[in-house]
Amino acid sequence: MNLGDSFHSAVLSIVRNKLRSSLTMLGVVIGVGSVITMIGIGEGTKQKSLENIQVMGSNMITIMPDWRRNGQSGGSANATLKTEDVDTIKAQVPTVELISGAVNGGVTAKLGNRSAQTRVQGCEPQMAIIRNATKMLQGQWFNSADNDMMERKAVLGWQVYDNLFAGDNAIGTTIKVKGQNYEVVGVVAYKGGTGMMNPDDQIYVPLKTAQKRLFGKDTLDFISVQAMDTDLMPTTQGQIEDALYAKRKTASGDALFRVFNQGEQLEQIQQQSKLLSYLLAGIASVSLLVGGIGIMNIMLVSVTERTKEIGLRKAIGAKAEGILTQFLLESIVMCVLGGALGVLFGWVAIYVVSPLLQVPPIVNIQAVIVAFTFSLMVGVFFGLYPAIRASRLQPIEALRYE
Amino acid sequence: MSKSVIEVKNLTKEYVMGDNIVRALRGVDLQIGEGEFVAIMGPSGSGKSTFMNMIGCLDRPTSGEYFVNGEPVAAMGDNQLADIRNKYIGFVFQNFQLLSRTSALDNVALPLVYAGKKNRKQIAQAALEKVGLGSRMHHRPNELSGGQQQRVAIARAIVNDPLIILGDEPTGNLDSRTAEEIMMLFQDFNASGKTVIIVTHEEDVARHCKRIIRFKDGKVVLDEPVVNPTDAREALKLLPDPDAALA
Repeated sequence: MNLGDSFHSAVLSIVRNKLRSSLTMLGVVIGVGSVITMIGIGEGTKQKSLENIQVMGSNMITIMPDWRRNGQSGGSANATLKTEDVDTIKAQVPTVELISGAVNGGVTAKLGNRSAQTRVQGCEPQMAIIRNATKMLQGQWFNSADNDMMERKAVLGWQVYDNLFAGDNAIGTTIKVKGQNYEVVGVVAYKGGTGMMNPDDQIYVPLKTAQKRLFGKDTLDFISVQAMDTDLMPTTQGQIEDALYAKRKTASGDALFRVFNQGEQLEQIQQQSKLLSYLLAGIASVSLLVGGIGIMNIMLVSVTERTKEIGLRKAIGAKAEGILTQFLLESIVMCVLGGALGVLFGWVAIYVVSPLLQVPPIVNIQAVIVAFTFSLMVGVFFGLYPAIRASRLQPIEALRYE
Repeated sequence: MSKSVIEVKNLTKEYVMGDNIVRALRGVDLQIGEGEFVAIMGPSGSGKSTFMNMIGCLDRPTSGEYFVNGEPVAAMGDNQLADIRNKYIGFVFQNFQLLSRTSALDNVALPLVYAGKKNRKQIAQAALEKVGLGSRMHHRPNELSGGQQQRVAIARAIVNDPLIILGDEPTGNLDSRTAEEIMMLFQDFNASGKTVIIVTHEEDVARHCKRIIRFKDGKVVLDEPVVNPTDAREALKLLPDPDAALA
């Protein structure tokens, strides 16, 4: 009996026992399917987090006052950032590509009877590049002259624009921000951010305008820096820390500011999602293992149930290897078939589940290959023992078996 | 006597059952020549089934010699025995032993698969036609009557052109008319030169053979030719045909 014949009889046996075969395969289908789905969703979540970070801008370092230090050392220390700090960094850190101080605060913006609860960010025009917000839906950003002249000009985030203008032309229109008139000069194209710092839910005005007219202060809430290169991020961060530390520290030597590196955030998110992926894949692997045990169980039952068949096959000339091959192939074919269906099932599941979780649908080809290969190995591993048992049956005892 | 296809010398078989040793065969000497038609008879426990398993190469003797077509099989390994069974012996069992959910044609073709032969469908089809089932090749066992199932089993036994057809109570599960038809098939194969050996406990059935070997307590107690064996074809004519449907 050659391999082709063994394969043929394995397939026939599966087809002749449709219900039993499909129930057996179900375990592998679910196992493989869930491995692929889980890993896909893990990847999608990661992708989504990365995108969220990236819409904020790239190579970005943020400096914020360390409010925790306020009131320490007898209250003489005051954690603030000022425009001169921007100049200090500019002068002392050569790897800074762009820098802008900024203030922000919650406001109500109104146009006629429409209003929007949003945040104003006062910043210099280069913030557009730092925050990766140069793509405009309408108009353009204000310029440095507007900043120097404290012009009342506003650039709207997409969501604010949508709330107030609902798709109409906004350029040249005057809106009220905190009761003051501002001329809309630009609308930033949709970025798709979420959360507290959603870049779509922002009104950008010139820094000096915001400081003097809206918030009445000369301090900065944060400073945004774009480093020249991703590889230079750690150096840049260190140099900024050194430059500022000389001026902004408590009597006891604590820094009055904190520097956040976007790269670190990215790394953190990547690490977290890796952990999530491993966890999900681990859970899914258990179900694949359970599927494999199901196969072994059914194959053992099948060997017992077909003892007479094995006896007869041996009586008419089947050798031990022939029986072994037949039963092993049966298990392998079932697992491979189940694996293939599982891949299909997982693929479909990713496209069904991902939109519900608001993550991009990602099918990880590596996961597909690994899960499918694993199902093949499950077939061999869990099919081997029953197949060996079948091949060792003595024809005379097998024929007599009732 | 013509060339012997089966030759056993001082064959013994012992089983261990718990603390007891059961001596199923206590030294059997026999020769069966080519073209013979032999019935093996004996009461339960006489050793006839054990002997049947020995000559069918399904089991190994404890001691003694056994030659099939001159080949010493007593010392052969499992795989060699499988080849001997495939090549020389066609089995017909009391309960047919057909694969369920498998067409008659595929059942009959099975020995050819293990023999590695080509044109299996045609050979299997020819075998089914020989037993009068050419029109029911694609039926499954559960769609066939008992007699038809046994014909499929006989077709399977002859499909690889064996030296010996070995029937283990081949009519045990059949009514008398169907049994007669099966015996007619055996007589026809024997007439065409095949060696046929059947194990039975029915005197009527054994009377169809040319030689009866009687076992008792693990030994051959009587070995005699049948005078004037029953002709199944003639016997069928005398039997009433209740439904006249079986052709």
